[in-house]
Amino acid sequence: MTQSKNVVIVDYRVGNTHSLERSLKRCGLSPVITSDPAVIEQADGVLMPGVGAFGPAMESLMETGASAAIRRFVDSGRPVLAICLGMQLLADEGEEGGHHRGLSIIPGRVRRLAPPQEHSKIPQIAWNEIMPVADDWRETVLDGLQGRQMYFLHSYVVDPARPEDRVAETDYMGDCFCAAYRSANVHGVQFHPELSAEAGQAVFRNFVRLIDETAQKNDI
Amino acid sequence: MLTVRVIPCLDVKDGRVVKGVNFVDLRDAGDPVEQAKVYDAAGADELTFLDITASSDNRDTLFDVVSRTAEVAFMPLTVGGGVRKVDDIRKLLLAGADKVSINTAAVKRPDFVKEAAERFGSQCITVAIDAKSVAPGRWEIFTHGGREATGIDTVAFAEQVVSLGAGEILLTSMDRDGTKAGFNLPLTRAIADAVSVPVVASGGVGTLDHMVEGVTEGHASAVLAASIFHFGEFSIAQVKAHMAAAGVPVRPVDGGTAAA
Repeated sequence: MTQSKNVVIVDYRVGNTHSLERSLKRCGLSPVITSDPAVIEQADGVLMPGVGAFGPAMESLMETGASAAIRRFVDSGRPVLAICLGMQLLADEGEEGGHHRGLSIIPGRVRRLAPPQEHSKIPQIAWNEIMPVADDWRETVLDGLQGRQMYFLHSYVVDPARPEDRVAETDYMGDCFCAAYRSANVHGVQFHPELSAEAGQAVFRNFVRLIDETAQKNDI
Repeated sequence: MLTVRVIPCLDVKDGRVVKGVNFVDLRDAGDPVEQAKVYDAAGADELTFLDITASSDNRDTLFDVVSRTAEVAFMPLTVGGGVRKVDDIRKLLLAGADKVSINTAAVKRPDFVKEAAERFGSQCITVAIDAKSVAPGRWEIFTHGGREATGIDTVAFAEQVVSLGAGEILLTSMDRDGTKAGFNLPLTRAIADAVSVPVVASGGVGTLDHMVEGVTEGHASAVLAASIFHFGEFSIAQVKAHMAAAGVPVRPVDGGTAAA
């Protein structure tokens, strides 16, 4: 089963997905980078990469029909891991470079980082700690990663509407934002696991485990 | 805990490392990819490549180096040198750069920074500034490796490029670069306090205390060094241990939980 796992990186045609592809290969996967709705719907797991700007990425998703395919994939119960911008695209709306509708898979909105501290800096470009909000990380991609440092490269964050969907928080100069999201099969991280060394690789291994567990359930 | 980045910098010419690390066990010390692997394993927080290839003929070599590095290094990669057009940025990002640094082109035409940030997002656009002291409390922008004066005030220029969308400033003191006398702290602090984006301090590191001062006195968000790593004087682990002992939060080299 491991060899036939079919994992898709959704292509928004805006940026670099090299690092993500390489990280998944290291987990033994052979990811397909595509915007083809049929291929997305057939996948065992889908990744929303974290590069580009909100508006152009949404336009690309609408044009290619990938947006509808992602919604149907989510409804199927198979796992999605959305990274940085990828997580923001799943929210209801974004404010990067004007107002944009998101895919409304994550109830919540995207806002700009707003640290109250004097001399605060935006974007956050730093390794920062992920702190637990949810008591139990076992069913999430963060299993075993309590207190670890991850690499952040962003100006915007998602504010999930339901507090229980916040799995982890990160404190950026006094702005405690949602660093990891989980609702059923939808997993989102604001940091870049593909740039976060060994701790980041562990996120992908956890995601692979979630794919396997879902596939097993579906076999039974 | 938010941590301060420690960034080794490699000068690359025609696809080869010019100022490199004297690691004894490297099969090919001139190969930037080999060095990137070592820094990755050593716990560097980012890696910066500055392409100092004089002509633009060998740019394809750089894309190849970036893509091979992205293949093996699981940390962020910033690439600069000779970036003049939006298409240069696109190619570097596609090759695997996570951030692209713009230098001379930003001085010649500041609107280039705006075009780049709108297209790719501020978070991946770094503006590299080379500054020299011209009077107490006044620093001027120099281009072409510090040979050409521009008459432009560094603080005003930094504010301008940030307002145009630069997401980070890589600030090099031309007076200090290669001297091992420490960062130009008044310059670093003047820029870091003036702009609302992270500032990477560069130029002059010779001791472990210099790395600490860049943060505590220069107010930098990250510290970049070349020589102290190239010549094997200090390891990333030594730098981080020293910074942590001085109360500067850093990501531990072993990848464990944060220490400060």
